[in-house]
Amino acid sequence: MDLQPLIAKLHPLERQVLPALKTETELTAICKKAGMQEVEVIRSLQWLENKEVLKINSKKIRIISLDKDGKTYKEHGLPEKIFLSTLTEEFKGLNIITKKSKLSRAEVNACIGLLKRKEAIDIQKEKDELSIKINDKGKELLKAASPEEDFLKLDFPLEESEIKDRTLIRDLSKRGILKIEERKIITVGLTPLGHELVAKDIVGEVVNRLTSKMLKDGSWKKKEFRSYDVEINVPKVYPGKKHFVNEAVEYIRSIWLEMGFKEMTGNYVQSAFWDLDALFVPQDHPAREMQDTFYLKGKAELPELWKKVKAAHENGGDTGSKGWQYTFSEDETKKILLRTHTTVLSAQTISHLKKEDLPAKFFAVGKVFRNEALDWKHLFEFYQVEGIVIDPDANLKHLKGYLTQFYKKMGYSKVRMRPAHFPYTEPSLEVDVFHPVKKEWIELGGAGIFRPEVIKPLLGFDCPVLAWGQGMGRIISEYWKITDIRDLYKNDLKQLREAKTWLR
Amino acid sequence: MPTITLNKTVFEKLVGKELPLEQLKDRISMLGTDLEKIEGNEIHVEIFPNRPDLLSEQGFARAFSSFIGVKTGLRKYEVKKSGEKIIVDPSVSMRPYTACAIVKNLTFSEERIKEIMQVQEKLAVTFGRNRKKSAYGIYPIDKITFPVTYIAKDPSTVTFWPLGMEGNMNASEVLEKHPKGQTYKHLTESWKKYPFFIDAKQKVMCMLPFTNSHDTGKVDDDTKDVFVECTGNDLQNVQLALNIITTVLADMGGQIYSLDIEYPDKTITTPDLTPKKMDLDLSYINKLLGLKLGENKVKDLLEKMGFGYEKGEVLIPAYRADILHQADLVEDIAIAYGYENFEEEIPNVATIGEESQLEKLSRKIRDILIGLRLLEVKNYHLTTREDLNEKLNVEEDVIPLQNALGEHNHLRNKILSSLLKNLADNQHHEYPQNLFEIGRVFTSGKSETGIVEKEHLAVVLCHEKTDFTEVKQVLDTLMQSFGIEYEVKESSHPSYIKGRVGEIILDGKKVGVIGELHPTVIEKWGMLMPIVCLEMDVDLLLKVTL
Repeated sequence: MDLQPLIAKLHPLERQVLPALKTETELTAICKKAGMQEVEVIRSLQWLENKEVLKINSKKIRIISLDKDGKTYKEHGLPEKIFLSTLTEEFKGLNIITKKSKLSRAEVNACIGLLKRKEAIDIQKEKDELSIKINDKGKELLKAASPEEDFLKLDFPLEESEIKDRTLIRDLSKRGILKIEERKIITVGLTPLGHELVAKDIVGEVVNRLTSKMLKDGSWKKKEFRSYDVEINVPKVYPGKKHFVNEAVEYIRSIWLEMGFKEMTGNYVQSAFWDLDALFVPQDHPAREMQDTFYLKGKAELPELWKKVKAAHENGGDTGSKGWQYTFSEDETKKILLRTHTTVLSAQTISHLKKEDLPAKFFAVGKVFRNEALDWKHLFEFYQVEGIVIDPDANLKHLKGYLTQFYKKMGYSKVRMRPAHFPYTEPSLEVDVFHPVKKEWIELGGAGIFRPEVIKPLLGFDCPVLAWGQGMGRIISEYWKITDIRDLYKNDLKQLREAKTWLR
Repeated sequence: MPTITLNKTVFEKLVGKELPLEQLKDRISMLGTDLEKIEGNEIHVEIFPNRPDLLSEQGFARAFSSFIGVKTGLRKYEVKKSGEKIIVDPSVSMRPYTACAIVKNLTFSEERIKEIMQVQEKLAVTFGRNRKKSAYGIYPIDKITFPVTYIAKDPSTVTFWPLGMEGNMNASEVLEKHPKGQTYKHLTESWKKYPFFIDAKQKVMCMLPFTNSHDTGKVDDDTKDVFVECTGNDLQNVQLALNIITTVLADMGGQIYSLDIEYPDKTITTPDLTPKKMDLDLSYINKLLGLKLGENKVKDLLEKMGFGYEKGEVLIPAYRADILHQADLVEDIAIAYGYENFEEEIPNVATIGEESQLEKLSRKIRDILIGLRLLEVKNYHLTTREDLNEKLNVEEDVIPLQNALGEHNHLRNKILSSLLKNLADNQHHEYPQNLFEIGRVFTSGKSETGIVEKEHLAVVLCHEKTDFTEVKQVLDTLMQSFGIEYEVKESSHPSYIKGRVGEIILDGKKVGVIGELHPTVIEKWGMLMPIVCLEMDVDLLLKVTL
């Protein structure tokens, strides 16, 4: 097998560790031999394992090492030996013995217990103090090395399984001389490929990262570049991003701009006059009731043309209409509300136009408000796409033409108009587009030609004005496969970070 | 909008033709009503508020029959004189108008009574605006004696048996005890007297706008001839309602008779089913529709919609409430022509597109911030007072909505609260979380509505190592990109750590605040990560860049 491609991709760390694997199999030994940090070795071993060069095995073992006291005793001798050596053949008071031995009170107590069990000392009690002397057995003990002493002479740490005398280990660890810990031992077994690889002479130094220094001094010329694994998955990074709804909104705006429409903007807070009355919505229209519209405190100032609008409502004024035949309420028209449709912007725009401005085309993409509780298919604020064409020669066919063009660019090639009713347009129509996948018509909003009762008071003369107000929520939700409309404005960062780009 | 349910068999009999299901569905939609569904023998249709005449099986079938060409043109309804009269007493100022009729030779069954009740109810809800504008009653004629008086009385002086109750009752109790009294008493809050119809023998026929009397106002299977009354505060509305009801009854086989209504100052005869006339300007119609229809074709189309046409004049059926202007005829002609038959056309008109300056600037800001790897969020303009004030250690004037259904009941005066809510909601996601939003904020001030709207930009940077420097770098990049000189002047603000907050100054004017959020604020949002932020006015930025 050709090892060259494999060798080319080896990371410098892998190159560094490989020679050590010729002789060593255990992690610490490998570290020592390779002269590397343990983390580096582990990482490179894992990489090598992925390349099927070796197999990492790990097992748990129990390791005996000296505890704090153990280290002292190994150096200075066990306390029982020291204690014994301070005794004489005559009884001596415990205080004197303790002082002479330089042991702590606790150690002394332990020694007495221990030596008593081994019958190496005699004890008698005088008054309130113990006095102790060494006996023959004690003298013998003092001469010979004890099993404990022998044990302490070993090299620590050592593996528990190597020691046969378990009682000794238990006693010593009870006395705080030894401690036993579980440890994971990592060993490495080379695969046949690994054996082949370590046999090769691998150059340790390859270029990992090209640096400006290398370019400056030309040192890269003498080096080999390590090959990367270009197929490997890389960690995720998150870009800065537009909100996905704004991506769609910007696209929609660009369509109308391309079609020669000027952008309208305006306030969200409006008077009932502009939002409803200027659009000839009768003042007792059910949609004006509290449950549909957000109202605010206060009374709005009215523009001068309000009286013309009032006349159009009451008896048609000079519009040639009969009007609604009721008394127009000034209080009602001064109410303040959150705009219920972007058509309010159209009304305001029309009121500023002069004859010489025509023909003119305007659009707006803006938020509108409805007093609804949030649920999976209702929002209290959402986008509407508004458009008007003020053109003395405009007709119903043009309306269909503009909307068909728009929806084509939105990805819907078939557009249908159905009769509908809005108080401000006549004819009024509902716009449906044909869903190419679901094979059904979906309803997207209203359109029509503004009534003379709307146009004449605002513009000063009658002129056909094509108008539409389309909802975009459905198209936008559908593009991002959103089924709960609240998810459009959930602002979940994962959703925003991972949302696909608007590609229309 | 009201939905009516039609019995398909009855409907087809009235129409005079059976259509295949798909065609039926299509035609109903293209007539200008919204077909909801056809289920078994039931057709559910939503009727638009401009066509109250379609709220009955008869009215709908009449229009549909014309539309599909079975029975086109103006329907003639013969109205005979009954010779009876209604006296309107001047006391009924709270509900001054009535229009009445007599319809004879009807056949009633339980089904039919239900049908009539449904028409009355749907009409009262929509056209009568929940009985506020008008309400209607039907009485078997053999129980009453003419002339009938329409008069207002103190209810405590009137006793009668309201329909649906156990027995006689003082009229003042109707408001509390009768179901309709409870439903509609809010309409009569300012009334001291209530209008009643009382016949020549002093029998109480009804109390308005609540209920008929059990004695005189209960139609049953034996009823043949009925008296119909409509009352309200708008004579035109009341008359139209009567026209709609009587033509429905006539379509059920009845013969209509008129009565004289004697008002204190005039006498009118109702119902008046004479068609109204309106001049038709052929060129106006063709211009709006982009068509070249000849007079005969227009006549055909008008007849498909139930109109008549004679020498330049359109005859409008007396039950049509929606023809205010010739524009309304244009729509009906378009419907008859078929909305599906209009070709799309893009006129050759040169106009120049133009982006709003503010939108353009916002778009540029967005691009720059995205380049700095910030993530754009989009929040509602409505939020809670607590989020705007308490949770930022401030007490500012925020604008409440009067009638919000949900908890979002204030207009935001800053974006920062929205962004902090986003951070608080996203603590389980990876950091850094660096967000921005460009959007509208609202404060009280001088304007037509007393509310001033501004476009703001807000930025929050939130991660372990964020600090004032980082957010000022964002501001710096932004300002430098637009070539704007600005300064940050140290200030104090309860939302921020002292000594780590400044005002953003442009041309000597304060346009925003930048700083490191105070730990007490971070705690209030339930967060455990440092946050730095800025919020500034984009409108003012626009002024400088222009």
